[in-house]
Amino acid sequence: MTLDRLPPGKTATIRKVGGTGALRLRLLDMGIIPRTRVCVRKVAPLGDPLEIRLRGYELTIRMDDARKIEVESCGEGA
Amino acid sequence: MTFALVGNQNSGKTTLFNSLTGSNQHVGNFPGVTVDQKAGRIRGTKDCLVVDLPGIYSIRPYTGEEIVTRDFILNEKPDGIINIVDATNIERNLYLTLQLLELRVPMVLALNMMDEVRGNGGTIDIKGMSQQLGIPVIPISAAKNEGISELIDSAISIAKHRIFPAVTDFCPSSAVHRCIHAVSHLIEDHAQKIEVPSRFAATKLIEGDASFAERLALNQNELDLIEHSVVEMEHESGLDRNAGLADMRYSFIEGVCTKTVIKCRESKEHIRSVKIDNVLTNKYLALPMFFGIMFLVFWLTFGVIGSFLSSLLTSGIDLLSGAVDKGLTAFGINPVIHSMIIDGIFSGVGSVLSFLPIIVTLFFFLSILEDTGYMARIAFVMDKLLRRIGLSGRSFVPMLVGFGCSVPAVMSSRTLSSERDRKMTIMLIPFMSCSAKIPIYAVFCAAFFSRNQALVMTGLYFSGIALAILVALLMKNTAFRGNPVPFVMELPNYRLPSLKSVALLMWEKARDFLQRAFTVIFVATLIIWFLRTFDLRLNVVTDSSRSLLAMIGQVIAPIFTPLGFGDWRAATSLISGFTAKEAVVSTMGVLMGTNVSALKNALGTLFTPLTALSFLVFTLLYTPCVAAITTIRKELGSRLMTVGVIVMQCVIAWIAAFAIYQAGRLFI
Repeated sequence: MTLDRLPPGKTATIRKVGGTGALRLRLLDMGIIPRTRVCVRKVAPLGDPLEIRLRGYELTIRMDDARKIEVESCGEGA
Repeated sequence: MTFALVGNQNSGKTTLFNSLTGSNQHVGNFPGVTVDQKAGRIRGTKDCLVVDLPGIYSIRPYTGEEIVTRDFILNEKPDGIINIVDATNIERNLYLTLQLLELRVPMVLALNMMDEVRGNGGTIDIKGMSQQLGIPVIPISAAKNEGISELIDSAISIAKHRIFPAVTDFCPSSAVHRCIHAVSHLIEDHAQKIEVPSRFAATKLIEGDASFAERLALNQNELDLIEHSVVEMEHESGLDRNAGLADMRYSFIEGVCTKTVIKCRESKEHIRSVKIDNVLTNKYLALPMFFGIMFLVFWLTFGVIGSFLSSLLTSGIDLLSGAVDKGLTAFGINPVIHSMIIDGIFSGVGSVLSFLPIIVTLFFFLSILEDTGYMARIAFVMDKLLRRIGLSGRSFVPMLVGFGCSVPAVMSSRTLSSERDRKMTIMLIPFMSCSAKIPIYAVFCAAFFSRNQALVMTGLYFSGIALAILVALLMKNTAFRGNPVPFVMELPNYRLPSLKSVALLMWEKARDFLQRAFTVIFVATLIIWFLRTFDLRLNVVTDSSRSLLAMIGQVIAPIFTPLGFGDWRAATSLISGFTAKEAVVSTMGVLMGTNVSALKNALGTLFTPLTALSFLVFTLLYTPCVAAITTIRKELGSRLMTVGVIVMQCVIAWIAAFAIYQAGRLFI
């Protein structure tokens, strides 16, 4: 499953970070790396981007970019 | 001694900079730095300078801000780094710290917001963390001004005694660790030659930074060896090189945090933020709340506070001008000098100065929106709208402010973290019809479109927006092609803004504007006054139609003939609109020999409804006023691009007005 498919309120573990160039490096720098737990908080009112929580802080990323992050769902809460 | 202040965005860096320097700040001028850097003398010291570098998350050289920071440290060789870290978000903040440590510069860690950590029942073992990282760690609260003098003492001490970070190895034993050490060993001599720490160079090479391979003058054999070692690491760890390095750093940080940080369950500040966001980024409430807040800001700025202060300032200037007028008359001074002082300087600079209260008031609100963390939410909510034109949600507020006045709008684009987005936003702001154009619209609408006033007004505003979108799409596919900076943005907890930071920002913007008002804008108004007052033989004109300005108007008037308003009076008014857009109406009144209230009747002799519409479209789009241009020049940092903006606006204005007039003629 990819991160954009994870419903709000659900937590998952990152499996693989795709993407290329500056975007991928930015994702990695922000701590989006394999084995990290991430929770989707909400979707922006216009349907995009996403608000996610990881490593104790909130981050917003676009759906297109979230599609490049593979996760494995592991239940409720964060 | 020079210190570099480095830290993540939202780590409280600006607040710390303000507490370190007090009001001893100036804009630094460092070679090779495009975005100007603020520098300041550390309070209580004689020769300690601290430079505020851009807020960044990493020093991989992918954004302009990262390059600025890296180059500053490598080339300017500061005596020490003050690395500010948000203790409430410690894992991600330490990521940058680990990269900074590789640069082998004396460094001290300022652990900010420790009051918040303690207030929520968390603790951090300061001594333990200092040992793990090999640098002094000083707990501070920049907002409450706590721990600042300890921080200054520690920074000066490490710089004076050249105390380098004690730990050099930040990798848990793993494939990545072996790879870094192998590469670092291999290139040690090369790195020494160009005075770059070998471990830093090694990680750059593993990341695949080609510029470093060149700078280190590595031969093919060495490059092959490095590549081999990296491939082996990728194979062994199951991660590619970049993920491997990020994973190595975060694993080390996790190790440090397990040993030294006792986290609280969930902080009060975070719970509060979630509650506020339940309203402000709520699916249904977000947009109404946003427009409500912006309406309030605009109403207070342009309707209540700003306009009150503006009229106060204007009447103050009038009073002063009146007194000077009387004094000069009594003194019997030469009437030309008299006119220069009263009609040139006082009325010209005075009209520009009346912007000042609006700028200051607007920045008061904007800096509160920024510092509380709401600006990031606006970007979150509005991002989808701006993405299609190649921008991000961050550009929304500067553009919105453009409807009030381009000057603060362009200034406020400073908060955009990507240089590409900032440049593009600045170039689009002039398309937002500013409030100084309203008097022009009002007079023409009253004269020609009394039945469709609202329609024409809204039409003008939307044409501006529509053209901005077109131009943005064009830019996105030409000059600004290529990958935009990724929109991966932190949503910080809501915080109370620090009044000191807000006040300092207001002062900074006011000072900046005043400086320009009394230099460039001053000269520009004098030139316009000169052209208006004299004729070709430098005699003072009695009939305004014989002035130099009118002559220039006559010369350029044919340019406007295809647009339907080739009369020299229209052309002359447009030129004088360069000082301030309101001047278009007042100049036209003077040239038509009427006052502004009777102007709407007189306009009928000069325009038809169609040419009036064409004229309005032209004024909507043509060159920004001199105050806006000087601001654009400053923020773009390029004379050429600024001239480009002026030419682009004039050409687009001409084409749009031409299209309207010629299309209209077919139907009428």
